Amino acid sequence: MWLGKKDKCNTHYPMSKDIKIKKGLDIRLKGEADKTLSNAPRSRTFAIRPSDFHLITPKVVLKEGEKLQAGDPVFYSRENKDLKFVSPVSGTLTAIERGAKRVIERIVIEADQQDAFKEFGKIDLSTADAETIKSRFLEAGCWPFIKQRPYDVIADAETKPKAIFVSGYASAPLAADYDFTLKGKEAELQAAVTALSKLTDGDVHVSIGSSGTSSFDTLKDITLHKVSGPHPSGNVGTQIGKINPVNKGETVWTVSAQDLVIIGELLLTGKFNAERIIALAGSSVKNPKYYRTKIGAEVSTFVYDSGLDEDNVRVISGNVLTGEKISPKGHLGYYDNMVTVIPEGDDYEFFGWNKPVFDKISPSRALTFSWLFPKKKYELDTNTNGEHRAFVLTGNYENVFPLDIYPLQILKACMVQDLDEMEALGMYEVAPEDFALTEFICVSKQPHQQIIRNGLDQMIKEIG
Amino acid sequence: MGLKQKLHTLKEKYRGKKMAPAFNALHTFLYLPNETTHSGSHVRAADDLKRTMNTVIMALIPCLIFGMFNAGYQTNLQTDPEITQAMGLFSGEFWNWSNFVIGFWKVLPLVIVSYGVGLAVEFLFAVIKGHEVEEGYLVTGMLVPLIVPIDIPLWMLVVAVIFGVVIGKEVFGGTGMNILNPALTIRAFLFFAYPTWMSGDKVWVHGAVETAGKPDAISGETILGSLAQNNEIGYSVMDMFLGFIPGSVGETSTLLILLGALFLIYTKIGSWRIMLSTVLGALAMGLIFNGVVSAGWIDSSSKFFGLMNTEFWHHLIIGGFAFGAVYMATDPVTASQTNKGKWIYGFLIGFISILIRVFNPAYPEGVMLAILLMNVFAPTIDHYVVQGNVKKRMKRIKVKTA
Repeated sequence: MWLGKKDKCNTHYPMSKDIKIKKGLDIRLKGEADKTLSNAPRSRTFAIRPSDFHLITPKVVLKEGEKLQAGDPVFYSRENKDLKFVSPVSGTLTAIERGAKRVIERIVIEADQQDAFKEFGKIDLSTADAETIKSRFLEAGCWPFIKQRPYDVIADAETKPKAIFVSGYASAPLAADYDFTLKGKEAELQAAVTALSKLTDGDVHVSIGSSGTSSFDTLKDITLHKVSGPHPSGNVGTQIGKINPVNKGETVWTVSAQDLVIIGELLLTGKFNAERIIALAGSSVKNPKYYRTKIGAEVSTFVYDSGLDEDNVRVISGNVLTGEKISPKGHLGYYDNMVTVIPEGDDYEFFGWNKPVFDKISPSRALTFSWLFPKKKYELDTNTNGEHRAFVLTGNYENVFPLDIYPLQILKACMVQDLDEMEALGMYEVAPEDFALTEFICVSKQPHQQIIRNGLDQMIKEIG
Repeated sequence: MGLKQKLHTLKEKYRGKKMAPAFNALHTFLYLPNETTHSGSHVRAADDLKRTMNTVIMALIPCLIFGMFNAGYQTNLQTDPEITQAMGLFSGEFWNWSNFVIGFWKVLPLVIVSYGVGLAVEFLFAVIKGHEVEEGYLVTGMLVPLIVPIDIPLWMLVVAVIFGVVIGKEVFGGTGMNILNPALTIRAFLFFAYPTWMSGDKVWVHGAVETAGKPDAISGETILGSLAQNNEIGYSVMDMFLGFIPGSVGETSTLLILLGALFLIYTKIGSWRIMLSTVLGALAMGLIFNGVVSAGWIDSSSKFFGLMNTEFWHHLIIGGFAFGAVYMATDPVTASQTNKGKWIYGFLIGFISILIRVFNPAYPEGVMLAILLMNVFAPTIDHYVVQGNVKKRMKRIKVKTA
């Protein structure tokens, strides 16, 4: 665990910056994925959850029982017909599961033994223009990988971003190591960043860890930055804040590093190959390691391959700070490159609020002793360690929040829905994940990420 | 079926009922609840509000125990010819059973009344408004007995606590929403509602009120009271630092308050910025007054002379200054909430404390009013600090468009 006070930003030469973060917190957990790669058994079903795509209302183009190929559209956005969401595998659409108010919760595809791919055709990047690339991304299901700030939603294809950001460094707890998962994918990454560089007048900024060998090291058409420091140094939001923060009226796009591989493969081969190397991690996993699988696969295919230590667990698609809770029979999220399994914490603890604590992480020293063991790895469960309260403490969020924004003040502005204040305090620059650490250390157990998400949604609705 | 299971069954039974908050408040004292994360981060840090408040209470306990000994000592010193002035920190004249017993039976009712009445009001509001009982009063309830005079009638304390909790906190929406420090609201209510009782030279030593006017009358005067009347104080600096002086129950021992401050800073619960800047503010004002005296603008006939001529750093160890700076000014809800703002807020508290102390000889305890005043201005200070950040953001756009 690592806590600091001030941040520095050293400019070595005009284009590239070294980013050093001091404010933050590395949450060290047990169950880090071992750097061995296995092929996950072929999943019987695949599922797409429309809730992965915030604010997208799906319009399904197929009926239950229809066949589709990998890359065939499953649904498009009701607001933008061109924005297609495609099937990761070939198979049969078996179920459209709806929840309250007939909102589609999951679209389930029963997979064939072998994938048949829809052919989109290769794109010659030396000649292709922005429009060609855009329309290919839209029709072939790669556009959803491009997100935008402000608002942290799928990018609006009509805008031209001032820059595009990719984080090639993961600092979240137990996160999949990009140096490992992207090894040997240089050709795909190069194609993807070259294509992206044509969509912006600015740069494609890629940040990598200051140590280790990254597949991005040798790529062209990018501006490379080296980041160091505790989490959230690997969050793309932190990097945007240090390199080129978003101002009112401006847009930047962000793409996850693992999605560049899928984008690159589409450009090079003309196929939408949803293959992804994911980390299976967490203290409840017997043999945490890396698996080769596909977007939307049943997580049980690899979770039970690796084995679990206990029954009462929470399975998370994503990391422990920002991931989505899924059932053990659930499916890998569209944007996730890891699955974390940790113990549920649905038990009482006798005098848990005042006895000395050695087995949990704490930013304070209030009879909590994690500060004594900065390298120790912890087995945290999902207990909130206290009840929801009004905001009381001040000054503690700032220690783990590297952006030049007042975290408590912007949260309160969101809670009282003061749009002017939200805008003035920097709402265009933030995404919910930027508030994961302040949420983690919050003594009042306030749902920071939810508060920020609601605030952003309100801005979209009222400012647009 | 263990206790854990029984309580769990009860909790489920009362879920959603009117009395649920009251039951849960007691239940969560025994057991950290079984609540799990539902949105956002799936894991959370170990600290909750109870633990935080508990840490502050731990920092206050030494002051409370010292206050009990001191209450007895101050009385015995004047009534019992056997007792002589305590010499040194571990003096047997101070730390003895007879002192403790007197003090214990005087202070314990204050603690019971403070917690009993205050928590009753909190529970009542929680049940009426249907929210959980918040922990804010745990600290307030401990602060109150420490900042009142030893001989305060209990009924007065009851009235003040009810006023303080209802008007000072609940009408604003409870813990976290209040503008004024609740403990100081209670103290200020006592001061303005019962001024003849709360000021003057009687109530600060147990027995002084009852014996007033009689031949065996004992003095209950504090150092600040003497200074305000330009009298000699008759206590050594060491006495003042260690706390062998009359005053409110828990405020006298600067040494223990200093240890409490270090504990709060070390545990990262108390704001060192506020504590340090408050001290700096007080020293600055003290130096200014010392300068006024040495420049000869004021002579010993002035009614302000006694306090103005007090050596600047002595202000830190007399009266309630140290206690206020460490335990009251740092209340995170009512203080400035930005780190820069905390420096300004603290400095002004120190500065104004000494200002009031010197210019208001009728009630020379300035720290209470200074903190309440700055509580009111804290949001304004924060506003300007945050505006700095907002302006920086605006400038970024201008650079772009220019």
